[in-house]
Amino acid sequence: MANRNDPRIFQIGVLSLLLGYGVLFLDFEVEALRAAATLVSALVTQYCGSRLTRQRFDPRSALISGLSLSLLMRTDQFWLAPAGAALAIASKFVLRIRGKHLFNPTCFALVALMGMSDRVWVSAGQWGSTALFAFAVAGLGFFVTQRAARSDVTWAFLGFYTSAVIGRSIWLGEPLGVPLHGLVSGALLIFAFFMISDPKTIPDARPARVLFAGLVAATALWIQFGLYHPNALLWALAACAPAVPLLDRIFPARRYQWRALQQNPKGENHATLHPSAAGVAAARAE
Amino acid sequence: MRRFTLALLVSLLLVQSDAGAFCGFFVSKADTKLFNKASQVVIARSGKRTVMTLANDYQGDPAEFAMVIPVPTFIEEGQIHVGDPQVLAHLDAYTSPRLVEYHDPDPCVRAQYRQDILGAMKSAREDASRSRPQVSGEGLGVSIEASYNVGEYEILILSAKESDGLEVWLRKNGYRVPRGASQVLEGYLKQDMRFFVAKVNLKEHARQGSANLRPLQIAFESPKFMLPIRLGMLNANGPQELFVYTLTQKGRVETANYKTTKLPSGVEIPTFVKDEFGEFYRAMFDEQVRQEKMSSVFLEYAWDMGWCDPCAADPLSNEELRSLGVFWLPGGQQFRGGAAPVYVTRMHVRYDEEHFPADLVFQETGDRSNFQGRYVMRQPFAGELTCNADRYAEQVRERQEREVEMLAKLTAWEEDRIRKKVKWFRALSPNPWWEKIWN
Repeated sequence: MANRNDPRIFQIGVLSLLLGYGVLFLDFEVEALRAAATLVSALVTQYCGSRLTRQRFDPRSALISGLSLSLLMRTDQFWLAPAGAALAIASKFVLRIRGKHLFNPTCFALVALMGMSDRVWVSAGQWGSTALFAFAVAGLGFFVTQRAARSDVTWAFLGFYTSAVIGRSIWLGEPLGVPLHGLVSGALLIFAFFMISDPKTIPDARPARVLFAGLVAATALWIQFGLYHPNALLWALAACAPAVPLLDRIFPARRYQWRALQQNPKGENHATLHPSAAGVAAARAE
Repeated sequence: MRRFTLALLVSLLLVQSDAGAFCGFFVSKADTKLFNKASQVVIARSGKRTVMTLANDYQGDPAEFAMVIPVPTFIEEGQIHVGDPQVLAHLDAYTSPRLVEYHDPDPCVRAQYRQDILGAMKSAREDASRSRPQVSGEGLGVSIEASYNVGEYEILILSAKESDGLEVWLRKNGYRVPRGASQVLEGYLKQDMRFFVAKVNLKEHARQGSANLRPLQIAFESPKFMLPIRLGMLNANGPQELFVYTLTQKGRVETANYKTTKLPSGVEIPTFVKDEFGEFYRAMFDEQVRQEKMSSVFLEYAWDMGWCDPCAADPLSNEELRSLGVFWLPGGQQFRGGAAPVYVTRMHVRYDEEHFPADLVFQETGDRSNFQGRYVMRQPFAGELTCNADRYAEQVRERQEREVEMLAKLTAWEEDRIRKKVKWFRALSPNPWWEKIWN
C-alpha cells in the first residue's frame, strides 16, 4: 500500500518540480513526448521485471528513475531516452548481489549509455551556479533524504567533496569564488541529494555509508581534476558501486526497506524496520 | 549524403506548417567586428589532440604588445604557428547570426502563390545544393624561423623552472604585469600548466606590412578541454567579449561548468532592421546577457561543416579547416555535400571576474542537431493589389505589431521608437476605373 509518508512520494514530487523548472526556465530541451516515453518505458520494464520475478508491481521507484533520467539524460536520438529507462530498470533485476541491486538505476543507465554511445551526454552546466537555486535544491533534498533516513551519506559526501575542493583551491591560491562557483552547482546538489542518497544502493550500516561517501568523493575528485573527464560524479558513483556488497559484508546491518518513517516518543524520526515476510518481498521488488 | 538529405527533408516538412517562412535569402550578417575588445579563439580538437588559434583585436603599438599564454602542456618550437586571419574571418562570417528576407506573394493571385511555393521549394533545394563547400586556395601561411621567431612573433617558451619565477622574469624584462598575476600564475603552475610569451618582432612585423597582428596557433595534446580566462581578466577594464569556435568530430560543444544558452532565433522582426542589423545584434546580445544575469555562455551557431542553410558565407574548405588545426581531415580531398567529419560550434560570452570566476571547461556532446542565429524579415507585398485585400492588409498589420513587440522584447528598445521606424503596411488600392478612360 502506498503510504503518504513514503519518502519516494516526496522524491517523485520534487523531481517533477525540478523537471518543470528545468524545462520552463533553464532551456532544457526535454520534449514532453520524450519524457512520457521515458516514464512509460520505465514502468513497463518494472512491470515485466516484477512479473518475471513474481513480485508485486510497485511503480514508485520506476517513476523516480524515469524522472531522474528525463532530468539528466540528453540525446538527439528519441529512442535512446526510453531505451535508457529500460536499461535502468532492467539493471535492478539483473545486476544483483545478495538480493540487493548493485547500481543506482539512473546512474547505471547514464554511464552505460555514455560509454556505449556517442549520442548521449549529461549537461551538468545547464543547471547553472546560482545560489538561490542551490539553496532550493538543498532544501528540497534535505526534506526527502531526512524522510528516507539516509541523509548521513549526503552530508558525508558533501563534507568530503566540499572540503577537498576548497582545500585544493587554497593550495592553488585561487580566490574563494572559484571553488564556490563549482560548489553551488545545481548538478552537484542534485547528485548529492537525489542520487547518492538512494537507500537501496548504498551500504546498510552508517559507518559503511560514510566510508562509501568518502570513496565516491575521492574517486570523483580524481576523475575531475586528475583525468579531466566530464561528469565525474556519475562515473565515480558507478565505479564505487561494487564496493557496496563488500562494505555490507564488513559492516553488517539490517537491509533498508521502503517504509514510512514514524516518530518515536522522543519525537525523533526513525525508519520502522519490521522484517515481515510481506516487507521483505516488497523490498526485493524494488 | 544521407544526413544532408534528411536535413533538407526536415526543412521541407517545416515549410508545410509555416508556408512563406522557408525560402528566403540571406541579406545580412553580423560579424564579431561589432564588439569591442573581442577575442576570438578557435579550438580544433579530437581525442586529446588540440589546436588552438588565438586572435585578438590589439590596436596599440606593436612594440608594446606582449601576451603571456598558459598552455596545458610543455610546448616546443614546432608546436607554435601563425595562422591566416582570412580563414578566421571566413569562419566568423560562416557562423555569424544572419538576417533573412522573405517577400509576401501577391495575395490576389492564389494560384500563382501555389506555383511560387513550388518554385521556391525547388530553388531552396538548388540553394542548398549550391551551398556545398568550394575548394579554396588559401594556404596555412606559416613560416617558422630557427630562432623561435614565428611570423611576426617572437616566441619565448619558458621552461618550468623559469615559469616559476615568471612574474619576476616578466618584470625584469620590462613587462607591466598586472597585480595579482603571480597568484594566478602559481595556481596554473601547480596544475602543471606551462607558459610562453609572445611579443612582436618589429622588424618582421614591418616587413609583413600589415597593421594587425595575425592569430597565433598552438598544437598540443592534453586531456584538458578548457580555456584559461582568469589571467586575461586581471588587467581587464570592464567585461570582455570572447568568441569561441570549436571544430570537433562528434557534435556540439558546450561549457561543462557554466550554463550554455541558445541565442533567440527564428523570430520575425520588422523590416527596417535590415539597415541596422549590426546594432540589432549588439542590442539583442546585451539584452540576453542582462536577462541571463551575465552568467551564461551563448550558443550562436552549431552546424555540420558540410553545408549551411541559409549560408552567411560558404562553408570552409578542407584546406582552410586544416589550417585551423582540423588534423583528422584528409589533405587534398574535399568532402562534397553531405555530412562532413567536422562539426562547428560558435559560443559567445561576455565575462568578468564576478560572474565567471573559474576558467571555461568544455565538453563535447553527441548533439548534431543544427542551430543558427537566424532573424526573419517579411516584406509585405509591394505591388498593386487588384482585388479587395482588406483581409491581407489586416494580417500584415497584425504581423507588424507582433514584430514590433518581438523586437522590443529582444533588444529592450523602446516600443514607441520602434513604431516610428516601421513602415506600416498600406494597401495600394487599385486605380479608379475611370482613370484610364481618357489617358
